[in-house]
Amino acid sequence: MSYRLGIDVGGTNTDVVLLDGDNRVVAKRKRPDSSDIMTGIRDAVRAVLDDSGVDPVAISQAMLGTTQVTNAIIERRDLNDVAVVRLGAPATRAVQPLAGWPEDLRRRYQRFSYIVGGGHEFDGREIAPLDEKELTRIAREVKGQVGAVAISSVFSPVNAAHEERAAVIFREELGEDTPISLSHQIGSVGLLERENATVLNAAVSKVAKRATVSFQEALASIGIHANLYLAQNDGTLMSVEYALLYPILTIACGPTNSMRGAAYLTGLKDAMVVDVGGTSTDVGVLVHGFPRESFIAVEVGGVRTNFRMPDLFSIGLGGGSIVRDLDGDLQIGPDSVGYRIVEEGRCFGGSQTTFTDIAVALGRARVGTHPVTLPRNRAQAAYDLAIARVTEAIDRMKTSASAVPLILVGGGSVLLPDAFEGVSEVYRPDNYDVANAIGAAIAQVSGRVDRIFAMDHRSREEVLEEAQAIAFSEAIRAGADASTLEVVEMEEVPIAYLPGNAVRVKVTAAGTLASYERRGAKDSHARS
Amino acid sequence: MRVHEQDLEPLSVGAAILGAGGGGDPLIGKLMAQQAMAEHGAVELLDAADLEDEAVVFPVAMMGAPTVFLEKIPAGDETSLAVQRMERHLNQRVTALCPVECGGMNSMIPFVVAARMGLPVVDGDGMGRAFPELQMETFHVFGVSGTPACIADEWGNVVLFETVDNYRLESFARACTVKMGGYSHLVDYPMTGAQMKQSAVRGTISMCIQLGRALEDAKREHRNPVEAVLAATAGTLYGHGVRLFFGKVVDVSRRTRDGFAVGKAVLRGVEQDADREMTIEFQNENLVALVDGEVVATVPDIIALLDPETGLPVTNERLRYGQRAVVIGIPTPQIMRTDAALAVWGPRQFGYDVPFIPLEQKNAAFYRQVGVPKDKEHLLAAK
Repeated sequence: MSYRLGIDVGGTNTDVVLLDGDNRVVAKRKRPDSSDIMTGIRDAVRAVLDDSGVDPVAISQAMLGTTQVTNAIIERRDLNDVAVVRLGAPATRAVQPLAGWPEDLRRRYQRFSYIVGGGHEFDGREIAPLDEKELTRIAREVKGQVGAVAISSVFSPVNAAHEERAAVIFREELGEDTPISLSHQIGSVGLLERENATVLNAAVSKVAKRATVSFQEALASIGIHANLYLAQNDGTLMSVEYALLYPILTIACGPTNSMRGAAYLTGLKDAMVVDVGGTSTDVGVLVHGFPRESFIAVEVGGVRTNFRMPDLFSIGLGGGSIVRDLDGDLQIGPDSVGYRIVEEGRCFGGSQTTFTDIAVALGRARVGTHPVTLPRNRAQAAYDLAIARVTEAIDRMKTSASAVPLILVGGGSVLLPDAFEGVSEVYRPDNYDVANAIGAAIAQVSGRVDRIFAMDHRSREEVLEEAQAIAFSEAIRAGADASTLEVVEMEEVPIAYLPGNAVRVKVTAAGTLASYERRGAKDSHARS
Repeated sequence: MRVHEQDLEPLSVGAAILGAGGGGDPLIGKLMAQQAMAEHGAVELLDAADLEDEAVVFPVAMMGAPTVFLEKIPAGDETSLAVQRMERHLNQRVTALCPVECGGMNSMIPFVVAARMGLPVVDGDGMGRAFPELQMETFHVFGVSGTPACIADEWGNVVLFETVDNYRLESFARACTVKMGGYSHLVDYPMTGAQMKQSAVRGTISMCIQLGRALEDAKREHRNPVEAVLAATAGTLYGHGVRLFFGKVVDVSRRTRDGFAVGKAVLRGVEQDADREMTIEFQNENLVALVDGEVVATVPDIIALLDPETGLPVTNERLRYGQRAVVIGIPTPQIMRTDAALAVWGPRQFGYDVPFIPLEQKNAAFYRQVGVPKDKEHLLAAK
């Protein structure tokens, strides 16, 4: 029997699950984060092994979802110096790279920032031939000065040839050890935001390397020699080698993993998911088993980006949210006692009234060590207020007016009722409290395309077919078994004010992990 | 008055409101203008009344697809090239620039060029909002010729148009714009100061800044942002905006027709509008609003959706199920509502078989209370 480990390092807890060959939960563990994340992972994994009696060598795959990259950007910790290279001259000079960045980061990164001849038009024609001489000059100038290179070319989501050629030039000059980030692998149409995400990706490559190496070491130290994968924010996995190239794709994988876990635990493909934690509640939507993507630019550490993120609506309401009754004016959150609920919450003998205590007082949940008595009508009013906010959040995220199924996950979900307005049925799966770690463990591999296609001389069907073929080959490249691939999302967005029927097409395909040998072969081919 | 770097953010927000759901995201235009002003300094904003009759005014704009603009950012000197080519062609020196349209991203373009060339910008434009085509301009309505017109790209290619009418200018320039990569940099309707004074919708740039500032102030002072926007319209040439509906988007459908994003949004009412339903028909911009089948606002009056929490405008590209929005109407100046003007951009020109009824007449009771600009008083006297 071979086993899988799913690990989710979140803001307050590290969750670990051990799944057997049929994806059944054999053991699980939740523990508060320690200052040393890897020690926390090691201890939790060891506990899971002890509980289950499973031999470490029987674990063939380990999947990690982590917030370390996000935190490094927010806290400006261990970031690389980066050569910021844009291919687009003579176009694009009217807005320099790093425009709109927080001052501290802009000052740091503009030192090695360049706009070079190259790039493409929306229909794939060249704006200018790639200025290879200038790229060679820049590569020599930055050699020894930067830890990574970020290359962004105009309309690279349509034609990535210039980015790929520029990468070859930099690699020749800087060697194999300097990570090179290419924008078409990271974001979609919208040069500035995609370039921003690419620069951030290059900036965190050192952090990502350290995190993955210590992850490998932590597992190796307890005798686990599994294949390692990192969870991405679209709900699929990447190999460690791929994660080292595109660490930024791990940002916000936590909520995505919860939603994927919810889909797996219930078998539902299209549903709403409500994930209730200690301080906040995330509401998301599963479409064909994957989180719906956000359309709106997302800020990471003050930098505007457009790479794929789950579309979430978050409210400051969780199990630890503090309830106040100010002269009859009830308030819940957004401040929370967080993990200190086990000391400060009334149901644990403390003196703070939390959302959990309200539910306990009303007999809706059994949590803690102490009984909670509160005036019934005030407790009910507070509870109703909280549920009204959840209900509104659900309604905001719905895609149609008809009633939809809803899955409740996360430790705090026990506080919520069994029915909501506009919801056809509420599901409460087993192991709801570790849905995120399960989501990481069962994740698939995906490929995607998001481009503008000119429709002239071609039918809509031909364009969609081409888009699908690209998504499939990307998925296979990322390690998917071709025979299991299916389209999980397809979307066409018309381009306004542009005659000639250009259309933006987004396709995502996903499949299960191919065996390691096959994937390894494909991967080295893809990187050559 | 001078427009400084810090005025560009409120200008972009106000312009997005007057964009009536379309007009393109002003983000890149704003960043371009910020970079140009950081290098070359602030830009003088001229009251149209202060223009010499003999002044030479060039309207400037980006023409084409905002989506492409977000990806292939301009070089920055394209419009300057078009302006210089036009000067050579006319053998005249330009004395001021103005926006072709004040709604959306094109509110920003004149400031990029003006900062670089050291020219003033006239506080007024040819649309008073956002419209999709080059003949949809008050300049056209007043008989100003759209040509000679120039479009330029980032390589320095400049194409000069001489057409027999402004509709052909639109059609030829659009075709050429596609070949230039999806958008181009335009100078059209070159005119005298006297023509500008007669034909422009005045005060639109300062109004956009005023609307954006009102939102900033409301946020800082924790006041209702939608009310702040409406209050800021009072005293303008447009007149007081009116709250039309508060609802939640329950359906959005869109498709592309001849390069237009055509569609409609349905909002179900909440709070005081509970049990009512609003439908908004759009073609890039919002054109007709109906409540329970009855027309409550039409083009050219401005129909804008504002986020109830932030007051920020919601563009049609971002409309989706569940979005809550306060729909407001902003009446347009009389210059945009003459018979000649309505023959260019009235609801029938967009294919809706409904007459144009001014917001002031539809909401007469409200406007008797808040008042209207002097030149609109007859609208209330009628009934």
